[in-house]
Amino acid sequence: MERIVFGTLPYDVAHLLGGAVLLLSFTLLSQRRIAATINTYALQAVVIAASSCWQAYVQHAPHLYLTGALALIAKGVVIPLALHRLVRRLRLSHGVETALGIFPTMLLGVGLVTLSIMVVLPTTVQSQALTREDLALALSVVLLGMLMMITRTSALTQVIGFMSLENGLILAAVSVEGMPLVVELSVAVLVLVAFVVFSTFFLRLRAQFDSLDTRHLDRIGSAHR
Amino acid sequence: MTEYCLPALALVMACLLALGVLAALTGPRLAYWGSLALCGTGAVAVLIYLIGGARAGSILVPFGLAGQPSVLALDGVSGFFMLLLMLAGAAATAAALDDHNRGPGTEDGTDNATAPAFPIFLGGMALTLLAGDAFALLAGFEAMSLASFALVLTHHRQPPVRAAGLLYLGMASLSALCLIAALALLSAHGASFSAMRARPPEGVRAAFVLALVLIGAGAKAGLAPLHVWLPPAHAAAPGPVSALMSGAMTKMAIYVMIRLLFDLSGPAQPIWWALPLLAMGVGSAVLGAFRANIETDVKTILACSTIENVGLVVVGLGLAMAARAADLSALAGLALGASLLHAFGHGLFKTVLFLGAGAIQHATLTRKLQRLGGLASRMPITTGCMILAAASLAGLPPSAGFASEWMLLQTVLGAVRLGGLGLQIMICVLAAGVVLAMALAASAAVRLIGVALLGRPRSAEAATAAEAGPPLRWAVLSLSCLVLMIGLFPGAVLDLAEPALRLLATGTMAERAGFMSITPTAEAPGYTAIAVLALLGLAGFAVMAVLRARAVAGHRTGPAWDCGLGAPPPWLPFGDPRLQYAGGSFAQPLRRVLGGTLLATTATLDMPPPGDPRPATYHETETDPAETALFQPTARLRTELTRFADRMQFLTVRQILTVMFGLLIGLLAFVALVEQL
Repeated sequence: MERIVFGTLPYDVAHLLGGAVLLLSFTLLSQRRIAATINTYALQAVVIAASSCWQAYVQHAPHLYLTGALALIAKGVVIPLALHRLVRRLRLSHGVETALGIFPTMLLGVGLVTLSIMVVLPTTVQSQALTREDLALALSVVLLGMLMMITRTSALTQVIGFMSLENGLILAAVSVEGMPLVVELSVAVLVLVAFVVFSTFFLRLRAQFDSLDTRHLDRIGSAHR
Repeated sequence: MTEYCLPALALVMACLLALGVLAALTGPRLAYWGSLALCGTGAVAVLIYLIGGARAGSILVPFGLAGQPSVLALDGVSGFFMLLLMLAGAAATAAALDDHNRGPGTEDGTDNATAPAFPIFLGGMALTLLAGDAFALLAGFEAMSLASFALVLTHHRQPPVRAAGLLYLGMASLSALCLIAALALLSAHGASFSAMRARPPEGVRAAFVLALVLIGAGAKAGLAPLHVWLPPAHAAAPGPVSALMSGAMTKMAIYVMIRLLFDLSGPAQPIWWALPLLAMGVGSAVLGAFRANIETDVKTILACSTIENVGLVVVGLGLAMAARAADLSALAGLALGASLLHAFGHGLFKTVLFLGAGAIQHATLTRKLQRLGGLASRMPITTGCMILAAASLAGLPPSAGFASEWMLLQTVLGAVRLGGLGLQIMICVLAAGVVLAMALAASAAVRLIGVALLGRPRSAEAATAAEAGPPLRWAVLSLSCLVLMIGLFPGAVLDLAEPALRLLATGTMAERAGFMSITPTAEAPGYTAIAVLALLGLAGFAVMAVLRARAVAGHRTGPAWDCGLGAPPPWLPFGDPRLQYAGGSFAQPLRRVLGGTLLATTATLDMPPPGDPRPATYHETETDPAETALFQPTARLRTELTRFADRMQFLTVRQILTVMFGLLIGLLAFVALVEQL
């Protein structure tokens, strides 16, 4: 297995794909419409799949093709379609309600990327350059996913934030050589489970409040006081 | 014969604990009579042990942590404190019997309910002393704490009693936590005392042991700034219980301090270990003595004076520790001897005073100084014994208190040889503080006796008071005789403490503590109580003779000076007794001079303008600095934390996520920062 070194094609392509995932995370943060958010998420999943396949090719690790296929089918096609259907079926509003404005959120996101680079690069001095870069990108994607979860009030966008966070995990998993397949599979299954859980949660929420806004849940909490 | 003493004492202890359970079934009379008999037996056994040379021994008993026997041990130190416990216990039990004889429930019919806790209290203290391993020590200490908590709540229907009980329970829990931690640190290589002695703690571990023991045992002993619980708890408890708590229980805390810091931590500790002891000791002494001058409740006054005396004992311990660290074993022996003598003397004379206070409360139904007075003629025996004990409290020669305080001052004077310039300056400050405390204690004793017992009665209850019953009279009489004997022959008590001194300070008082006199150093002039008594007696006779010789024969009756207030009303032929100099007026000068600094006293005078029929009022307040600086902030912190926990419980989903996100970011930022550095 040849080393993936700086300046060669394998490195450049992997770096390009990782950067694209991060860029799409920022795009997710800046979306104001539900449909666009879902599409951006699907695009991110496709890029993850591409990144996964590229890693499978350069690492000569055929099991990563499986991961890529899983990501492409489940997250690039099935889940986005299901979410689109959900939006139509529940007749949700097309806008995204934000708890924090788009611009401050983006600023915070830039800060988080800086933080993750400052954490990852010094702590992984002994590792390959690509691993280090990819880990920094992956941590940024995870943090941006969390940021999305806390700056959106609608349950649907929170779920998308959660799944984008999971994309970051996959990116980290595929960019490290020798990671066994079991991990990716379990992570993918986890997302599906979370999807199911959140779907039922949507339905119940819809049935009770005629809205998907989690602020209604807060009102239940405050009723206990 | 001395080898039977430890099993005998262990048996006495076990019987006391069993008696508590038995008395819960049969009734209070058995508890008191049984305790009295057991305490008497124990006192004889431990006296034989101490006179017989106090050879250290231990036995195994099949109770303890699962599958392990406990060790019971007796040596010079625990034997000495055991003698004090048994004597004070016997006297207090007799007094409790007197309370009981006056009919069920002298105040609100609840006395009998807590009677079974009385023998358990005594048994717990005995177990603390007999403990030879960490488990037995903690078991005894906790039995003592819980039983005394139950006894404090005897009159639990009164709200102040409940408040005092809760505060006491809180402080007892703090003590327990700290002592458990300290013993855990000590018992790294085994829980028995001999295993701890073999491997004394060092460095940071030793410093933690010191801090934990000072908090744990110090809170129990009433050392400032952890003394806040002590005055209300002693005031709330019935007379015999407060006598035991003040006379014996605080000494058990002192014993635990000695055992853990002097014995189990080994002699190789640094000299700075003495500093916290000295600081807390002198702080307690001054604060306690001053509060004793300000308080208006007889039992609270006595409790505050307990704080002062515990402070003096701890000052002696601190000096002994410093002297031992500096290898001045003669000085260490003198300091420790002073501490032990003072602890012993205080344990007995404070018991007399508290029993007397209990008798006064029974006779007059009040403890307020401004409603007492004129009891000397109606309760002559109680009054006489209390005056004798108060002489010790004031440190008048040739009382027991004088002997130990004289030794303590000799130690302070000798301690200027210790350490560097810094320590010497601190010892000079310490000397001033100790002398100030002793002077304030004398003033408090004069105020207590003068206002509560002498003069004319200030209320109808005080005017009709009756003497205490025979058991209490005999108890205070015999204890007072003991106190008198200790004052006249302090060397004899030091002889009993000799094994303890040899064990702890490696310095002995043997060649310096004769039967008749004690000397600070081998060649210096000493203190001979008998001679002082003889001189005082001669002087007294001389004064009396002169007065007799120069007196006018017979007596004349003339108009008394009535402060310009006009003739006394016909129903009060001796004038209005409320015009007498009382507790509040006695305290005024000291209050003006020291009150603002020590107790943050305030006085507000509301004088209505001419023509306004409203009465003028004068209102005084005082606050203990430990209350404002330590306890109230702690209480506020607790409230804040509770509120915070309450708020955290009802966060919204997004807020909880935000908190977690914030924590994660904080952690990452910390990692990044560490990496940058």
